[in-house]
Amino acid sequence: MRSVGIDIGSSGTKYVVMEDQALLYHRTIPTGFSSVKAAQQAKEDMEARGYDMALLPCISTGYGRGSVPYAAKTLTEITCHGRGAAYLMQKETFSVIDIGGQDTKVIRMEGGSVKEFTMNDKCAAGTGRFLEVMASAMELEPEALCRIAKRGGNVHISSMCTTFAESEVISLIGQGVSRQDIACGIVESIVNKVASQCGMVESGGSYYLTGGLCECPYIAEMLSRALGAQVETGPMARYAGAVGAALYAREL
Amino acid sequence: MHVELPASFEAFSEARRNGFLKAKAVKEHGGRIAGTFCTFTPNEVFDAAGIHTVSLCGTSEETIPAAESDLPKNLCPLIKSSYGFALTDKCPYTYFSDLIVGETTCDGKKKMYELLGRLKRVYVMQLPQNADHPQALALWTEEIRALIQRLRSEFGAAVSDEDLRQACKHRNRQRRARVALMELQKQTPPPAFFKDLYKVLDSLNFSFDQESSTQAVEAMTQKLQREYDEGARPVSAAHKRILITGCPITGVLEKTVGTIESNGGVVVCMENCGGIKPARHMVDPQAEDIVQAIAERYLEIGCAVMSPNRRRMEMIRQLVEEFQPEGIVDVILQACHPYSVERFEMRALAKEMGIPYLPVETDFSSADAGQLTTRLSAFIEML
Ligand code: SF4
Ligand code: SF4
Repeated sequence: MRSVGIDIGSSGTKYVVMEDQALLYHRTIPTGFSSVKAAQQAKEDMEARGYDMALLPCISTGYGRGSVPYAAKTLTEITCHGRGAAYLMQKETFSVIDIGGQDTKVIRMEGGSVKEFTMNDKCAAGTGRFLEVMASAMELEPEALCRIAKRGGNVHISSMCTTFAESEVISLIGQGVSRQDIACGIVESIVNKVASQCGMVESGGSYYLTGGLCECPYIAEMLSRALGAQVETGPMARYAGAVGAALYAREL
Repeated sequence: MHVELPASFEAFSEARRNGFLKAKAVKEHGGRIAGTFCTFTPNEVFDAAGIHTVSLCGTSEETIPAAESDLPKNLCPLIKSSYGFALTDKCPYTYFSDLIVGETTCDGKKKMYELLGRLKRVYVMQLPQNADHPQALALWTEEIRALIQRLRSEFGAAVSDEDLRQACKHRNRQRRARVALMELQKQTPPPAFFKDLYKVLDSLNFSFDQESSTQAVEAMTQKLQREYDEGARPVSAAHKRILITGCPITGVLEKTVGTIESNGGVVVCMENCGGIKPARHMVDPQAEDIVQAIAERYLEIGCAVMSPNRRRMEMIRQLVEEFQPEGIVDVILQACHPYSVERFEMRALAKEMGIPYLPVETDFSSADAGQLTTRLSAFIEML
């Protein structure tokens, strides 16, 4: 049976078409300013690939989940990321770390379902947004920042507040500290914040990193060191929410 | 008696103007109003003295910016909002209060009362911080006696033991009415959304005619049960049963209870002040020392300002058994230390009872409404 899942996040819209256990199609487009437009664009794209959207059951998730008129139901990203990650990891008991554009969630999965979760509050520390702001202060793309961070060290960003941390970074640049060292300090700040959030839910087993930073292997590596546990990720991890939504859509 | 309205009266909305006019009429007829902030305030004493009590707990963001000119930003919104209403003359009850009564509860409130004392006539009762301490009951009993003295010297209100016994009888009846309404929710499915019940319960805090307000609650309970027995099912059985605990939540009712109930849940029990916590304990009106009996009752309230606070955990255990919730949501107002530290114990208790637990921290603004919706919906989805 075929089904569709669409995950409208603050920066990217991810969608997948699945047939039973197989992923037929997946794609990410920028959400832009309008989730409604992104949803429409995703629909047209899937139709252009020959998927009949009028027939396929669809569930939407993510912060723009309410903007998808063709979805039969909405579910939160927590429920969908959990289910999708379990599918991608082929595991039932583990934890998901979803570093999103706006917030970071830690989801504890037991026996294939969500047992507990936390979301950071009203604060960009430890989120994709923090990385973006710091990267732009350094005139780098976030991915590039993560790449060069691997070669750095010895710099500590003390402020948790994004605004203050940004001026800290700017003054480090002014002092002539090397970019890779600053980058390393930034990644360390995110990792520490996320690791302490992980401490708020039950642990045990490995972690799976989803969300936009899944393509920065260095983040996973540092997280794994901070948590003392294995942190897996992969290019498909950003689709965890959409995959979870598609899996739930089959049960509609 | 001539009573002045505040200078900005004309600029107020109609509802607010009506509130002012209602309170003004009470004053013009010689009535006196005592403003209260907390469920530890012994209402019976005011009833016996013939003084109306009205809750002044701030529940809106509106006056917080004004309050922040005197108070730190990083303070519980309830405290800031309450103070802001006094500062801006926007609350009819604060404005017309002859006396504002506070207790030494949390630090934020205690210190706020000091500043409030510069604007209004404030009387602070010394509440013991450990209800089980051997001296606690004696202290609180003496504090209630001192309050009676104060009402006599300030308003010439003589309070006899007999007056107190009558007042206890009525307050017991009112508490029973509150509890009976809330206990309707034990049924599966429950007969109402809690958001609607709460409006009824809250109206008791602003009533100048306690007797008829109590009767209205009793009538409401009967009506709901009758309709339910006749087959009305406004809440479907698919709704997940939620128990709410934590800080007082009148100021975040829509964001918490409202959000839960429009996303597949139903609040079957609210343990918070405003809900069942302060309503279950009665006073024995025949007790030999009626003042001590009142004191005893109030010390039974399981509030986090008590250290330790075994009563809250005991009550939660009991309520879980009675109301059969599928999940517990712990609402903590931003910067509330007592309840945020107790989260640790609540989490452990929920785990021990095998009930999923979600703590959420929020304030009176709408900034986190989206996040809160995601969080509460995800919690309900996982049940
Ligand atoms: S939570 Fe405690 S301090 Fe606050 S109103 Fe209730 S009893 Fe008073
Ligand atoms: S919610 Fe907490 S901080 Fe606010 S008044 Fe009540 S006990 Fe104090």
